[in-house]
Parts: sequence; structure tokens; C-alpha cells
Amino acid sequence: MSNEPDLQVNLGGLLLDNPITVASGTFGYGREYEDYIDIAQLGAVIITGTTLEPRAGNPPPRITETASGMLNAIGLENPGVKVFLSDHLPYLKNKNVTVIANIAGNTVEEYARLAALMENSTGIGAIELNISCPNVEKGGLQFGTSPKMVQDVVKAVRNETSLPIIPKLSPNVSDIVEIAVAAEEAGAHALSMINTLMGMAIDIDLQKPVLGNVFGGLSGPAIKPVALRMIYQVYQVVDIPILGGGGIMNYKDAIEFFLVGARAIAIGTANFVHPMITQEILAGIKGYLLEKETSLSELVGKAVK
Amino acid sequence: MPGVDKYLILKNQPLDKDLYEMEFLAPNLVPTCEPGQFIHLLPSSTLDPLLRRPISLYDVDRKKETITLLYKVVGKGTMLMTNVESNDYVDIMGPLGNNFTLKADQNVVLVGGGVGVAPLVYLARRLKEIDCKVTLLHGAENQNQLIKARVEQIGASYKPATMDGSYGYEGFITDLLLEEIDPRDIDFIYTCGPELMMSEVVSFANRNNISGQLSLEEHMACGIGACLGCVRRLRSSDTNYVKVCKDGPVFNFNDIDI
Repeated sequence: MSNEPDLQVNLGGLLLDNPITVASGTFGYGREYEDYIDIAQLGAVIITGTTLEPRAGNPPPRITETASGMLNAIGLENPGVKVFLSDHLPYLKNKNVTVIANIAGNTVEEYARLAALMENSTGIGAIELNISCPNVEKGGLQFGTSPKMVQDVVKAVRNETSLPIIPKLSPNVSDIVEIAVAAEEAGAHALSMINTLMGMAIDIDLQKPVLGNVFGGLSGPAIKPVALRMIYQVYQVVDIPILGGGGIMNYKDAIEFFLVGARAIAIGTANFVHPMITQEILAGIKGYLLEKETSLSELVGKAVK
Repeated sequence: MPGVDKYLILKNQPLDKDLYEMEFLAPNLVPTCEPGQFIHLLPSSTLDPLLRRPISLYDVDRKKETITLLYKVVGKGTMLMTNVESNDYVDIMGPLGNNFTLKADQNVVLVGGGVGVAPLVYLARRLKEIDCKVTLLHGAENQNQLIKARVEQIGASYKPATMDGSYGYEGFITDLLLEEIDPRDIDFIYTCGPELMMSEVVSFANRNNISGQLSLEEHMACGIGACLGCVRRLRSSDTNYVKVCKDGPVFNFNDIDI
């Protein structure tokens, strides 16, 4: 028997070599980090939110630090799906990276078209549906706050692709369980949770909001308790796997997410502070599994009653 | 090759209230440091504050293999930096960003406002090495904030202005520029400091058909072009944004409305 713990994870049909992914919007297209880590060692790279047309994004200031966290209002700045497919996907394929494409539409039809384009490109392992971006006027969050809309988007995307579909759920709802159940019923293969919590900050010298977009999404360790609670609740009512994240800064945080039911995890804001954090977390998880003489699959959901 | 590591602090001392010089040993970074670049420093190993702080390369000593930073205390992160002591280790990433363009045998003027003088000092050092005639104009609050000895050791001419008149010209550095610098003698201008000041320097350059470069400051998260948090439009007519961390922090006067 090898001493190496088995870290392979099946995320709704997508096989990951290990449970560590990087959250959309925190890792560009992967190449931004190539000087720091071997991105092929990641379970998957979830690319920056991609739209049909290029988007310039929101006016600055776009970020501001808060207590143990940060607010961002990037506004889905991206060069559009065509540029992703022509300029960035080949790079990721060449590096042998497992790619999860995060897509965001203004309408249900746009999600479907984006999914079709991803389906027809080789090198994409799954689709994450961005139905929870708090920083854009149209699309994003409006799709993620109504169970009916979530189902419409998931069904429309399912018609266009056989790739695993992973809706990214918003915590900015009164009942995340209801949304999760709706997504599963519509045919989602896994759930990604949570996106950022909507918040704001005020500049007391200028006496106005700090962010150009007024509101932004709160991320970082400040939101970890909220993410854990929501995953704990959703794990009890869905059968599809959960890709969990929200403020994971080290391997101990990661273990907490597995214990409340996450099958895989997404590292986000921590990449900004420690560009090599993913490999440190992976090593920490291995060490924990060896020390506790347990396996990853045994950990998942163990703290849920 | 940029990286992330912990570096030994040799010195962290105030020049004045809220203005500090921090020197650290960095044999692996020193050969790669270009003027205009910055390092990304983690002020705390706890989670609050969470993010790194981008700080310009202020001076690089190739013989001692050290990098020196000049920083102003403006918030929680820089306040924590003042607690660092000699022999401590600090988590530093970089050097990051683009750099000033250097051309040999030129007559150049550098205009720095406040702590914005920082990147111009290492720039002055490198320009002197390629036989430029360098004049550094430095605007500060008072004489404690001046860095005369360091600049003169480099071999550059140092013209300070202080707001309180405690040393040198009394008043704004841009007034000193207008009164004492003959634009006909200048081949190129570099500037860094408050945007209002840089805007006046750029106007002066444009009026006199002199090219130049400036360095911008922004709050940053990743520092490597991934988070898209530190963007700005260079011209009001632009639809797209540039990233200060990766496309900058140095930009040509011609490319920006300021």
C-alpha cells in the first residue's frame, strides 16, 4: 500500500486529481500565476467569468480591504468568450490543466449560447454557471435569487452541453437550500458555493461609498462561517457534490469545508495574498489525512449530524 | 524571476513622524530590480489586515545586496510595518510591475512629491550609471523628510522644497520647477507623487515638448494582474482599463490624461 492518500475527487462527473480548485475571478486564466506555481498540479482552474461579448468592467475604485476580508466590484471585466477560446484555452490545454469554464449571461439564451461554445471546444471539463455575481446590473445575481430562474438557466444549459454543470450559488438569498434543491432538480451535476456576500464601505473623508460601483462582494476569511453554515445546510438536502469555498486561507480551513460536506474546495482571495497557497493547502490536507489515518471521502460531511 | 519569500530586515527607522526607511537583505532579488518596480509586502501574519501592500523600490545597494523602501504611514498596514525590528523577517513578493525607460547621456529632471520621491531615487542611481545628468526636485513637508545625503551620494543634483520653509525652497515643488528649471535644458522628465502635482509636471512637459514618464499609485490585491482591482482609464476617452500593477505602474505622459 502506498502512503499517499487518495485525493481524486468526482465532481459531478468531472474527475479531479485532487480537491483543490481556484475560484473564478481570483486566478485570471491561470497564466498570471505561472511564475509562482505549477498550475497543472491544481485539481482544476476555474477561469474568470466569461461573457459572450467583451466587458470593460466597473469604474474604479474596484476593491477595498475590510476587517479580515475585502470587497470587490470588478464587474466581470473579461475579453469575451472568443478571446478566451482563441488565446487562453490553448495555453491551459497545453499545460494539461483541468479547466472549469465560468460563464455569465445577460439572458437565459446567452447562458445557452455560451454553453454551446464551451461544449464545442476541447479542453473544458465542466461549466460553472455564474448566477450570483453581485456586481453587474443585468444577469448574474438576478438569476441566482429565484428558484425558477435557476432552473431555467440550468435546463437551457443542459440542452446545449453534456459537460457537468455547476451553478455557483449566491449567499445573498433568504433560503439557499431552496435554490440548491431547485438547481439539483433542474439537472445540475454539482453545486459551487458560496459566491461573495454583498456589502459596502464608506469613505468618511469624502463622505461617500468607497467603491465606484457602490456595492461590492465581500470575500476572505470574514465570510468563512457563513459559507460553512450554508454548505452544512445544503449538504443535508442534496445528493450532488458540493464545491465549497469562502475565505479558505489554510489547510485547516479546507478540512472544515470537507467536514461540513464539501467534496472539493475553491481557494479564492487567499491566492491574492499567497500566490503559492494552493500547494501549501494540498500538502496540509495530505498531512492531515495521514495523521488522522482517514481518507478524503470519509471526511466529507462527517461533521454533519 | 519574481517570487515570494521571507527577508531579513536590517533597518526600519523613521525619518520623520510617519515616514520610514526599511532596508532588507535580498541577494536573490537585487540583480533583478529595475527602477519603477515595486515589492508586495505582507504587513501582518494574522488575517487583519489581510492584503499585501505595494511599496516602490526606493534604493538598491548591489554591494550590500539590500533593498530599501521609503514608506509613509497611512493606515493599518503601514502602521504595522513600523513595528518591524532589525533581524525580523518580512514576507515579500516581487519585484513586480514594469519599469521606467532608461536612456544614456541625457539631461533629465525627476520631480517627486512626498513619499512619491521613492522610486525616483533608485531611478536616479541607475541614470547616473549611464552618464545622465540628473536633477531631482523633491517636495516635502519639512526638512526631516528630505533625503539630501542619499541623493548627493548618488551624484545627482538635489533641489528640495519644503512646505514649512525649514529647508530649501519654501512652497510647492511645482513652483520650484517653473522658477528654477530651464525647459530648454531638459531631455526627459520623470515624476511620481500626488496626482495634482504630477498633472502640473505633465502640463509643464507638454508646453515645452518634453517627453516623460510617471508612476501611479493604487490599492492592489494580487499585484500580478489577476484580480483586476487596481485598474484605471489612462484617457477619459478610453473604453478599456489598464492594470496599474502589471501594465504599470509606469506610464508615458503621452498615454495618459492627468
